[in-house]
Amino acid sequence: MSAEKTVVIDYLTGNLNSACKSLRAVGADLLVTQRPEDLKSAARIVLPGVGHFASTERLLTTGIADALRDRVAEGVPFLGICVGLQWLFAGSTEAPETRGLGVFPEVCEHFPAGIKSPHVGWNSLELVQESRLLHNLPASPHVYFTHSYRAPVVNATVAVTNYGGVFSAVIERDNWMAVQFHPEKSGDVGLKILENFMKVSGC
Amino acid sequence: MLTRRIIACLDVSAGRVVKGVQFLDLVDAGDPAALAMRHAAGGADEIVFLDITATHEKRALLLDAVRRAADQIFIPLTVGGGIRTLEDAMLVFDAGADKVSVNSAALARPELITEIGSRFGEQAVVVAIDGRRHSGSPESAEVYVSGGRKATGLGVLEWARQAEARGAGEILLTSMDSDGMRNGFDCELTAAVSAAVQIPVIASGGAGNVRHFADVFTLGSADAALAASIFHFGISDARTMKVELASFGLPMRLPC
Repeated sequence: MSAEKTVVIDYLTGNLNSACKSLRAVGADLLVTQRPEDLKSAARIVLPGVGHFASTERLLTTGIADALRDRVAEGVPFLGICVGLQWLFAGSTEAPETRGLGVFPEVCEHFPAGIKSPHVGWNSLELVQESRLLHNLPASPHVYFTHSYRAPVVNATVAVTNYGGVFSAVIERDNWMAVQFHPEKSGDVGLKILENFMKVSGC
Repeated sequence: MLTRRIIACLDVSAGRVVKGVQFLDLVDAGDPAALAMRHAAGGADEIVFLDITATHEKRALLLDAVRRAADQIFIPLTVGGGIRTLEDAMLVFDAGADKVSVNSAALARPELITEIGSRFGEQAVVVAIDGRRHSGSPESAEVYVSGGRKATGLGVLEWARQAEARGAGEILLTSMDSDGMRNGFDCELTAAVSAAVQIPVIASGGAGNVRHFADVFTLGSADAALAASIFHFGISDARTMKVELASFGLPMRLPC
């Protein structure tokens, strides 16, 4: 039965409560952990994030990053949220000395000067290619964002949001899936996205 | 497009929602968690619980309400009132809040903003400012604390800038001149604060009808507007209001 566990990675930053509550609301059986060995039994892995990019340093030093890369390569679906999306990139100008996981070679940057930051509130998603996470959602759904840094649009971007230019709002490549917004705070739309993630079968 | 937010604020005392007229004659308006759910279903973009008793022994009742609300609503929940230390904030976050709103304690010790921000992220810290104008100009507005009873000698615009520099994620601006009057928000003051900082500004105080919201979003450049009494006792719900605001050309989230 441990095979059905959804593992939520706790890297000692921010507040995991909301993410956990909403995952439980869509039926996930959670294991919240800081230990890389707990990823071995994971059926799905979630990396929430409401914090500074530098706080992801811990993922590299504890061995979680390596364990995660192995598990996802073996077919375990991964969902990164907010900083959990940005961390899939090579890095962020928020913490230039902290390396990202580097699934995508680009770098995350601050919103341009002259535009209010953080970007806080409900903004719309524009689908640019077929998406498993956004399956069966209304067109241009609104979701809740709160962030000052953003990821560029890449080949794996499946939905963009416009705020001082377009950025990656949803990314999917194989078992790597990530959202810049907070599905756990995005009402029914957010719950549907988490439900979709819980149904994705790994490849 | 980023929508303008409508935030439903519930005044909580000893674990119950209360509603008064100009802080007098408090009437029991129900269970915070149940009302939060109703507002979320009614189309509010966020919920705020403002603990207006905030005494130590009543705190447990508030935390219980936060816990029950957070189990059932999946939109942002902010808790304010009586948050004086990082420990106070941690209790509220542990109960399931997404943001805390700090007021008097942040003025007494501005480092509190930075402390909460570095532990929970800047997006989690809302700095609430209660301001009152002394002459015609918004520049004359002074910050008041302790529920509006004590003048601080500090200008609203100056404190907003300082709060931003300390790492506030948002400013919640209440105009004491307008609060409870239902004659509309103080659009001039809101616009002045909005121009003074780069972070989002939530306008509060004075909402009486939908036109007031449209004005504070356009004339006041508010990113969000907060209302309490307008939503109580079935006067109006956020969905109805948002449909009307959208018809004025304002970007709104209209939940299905």
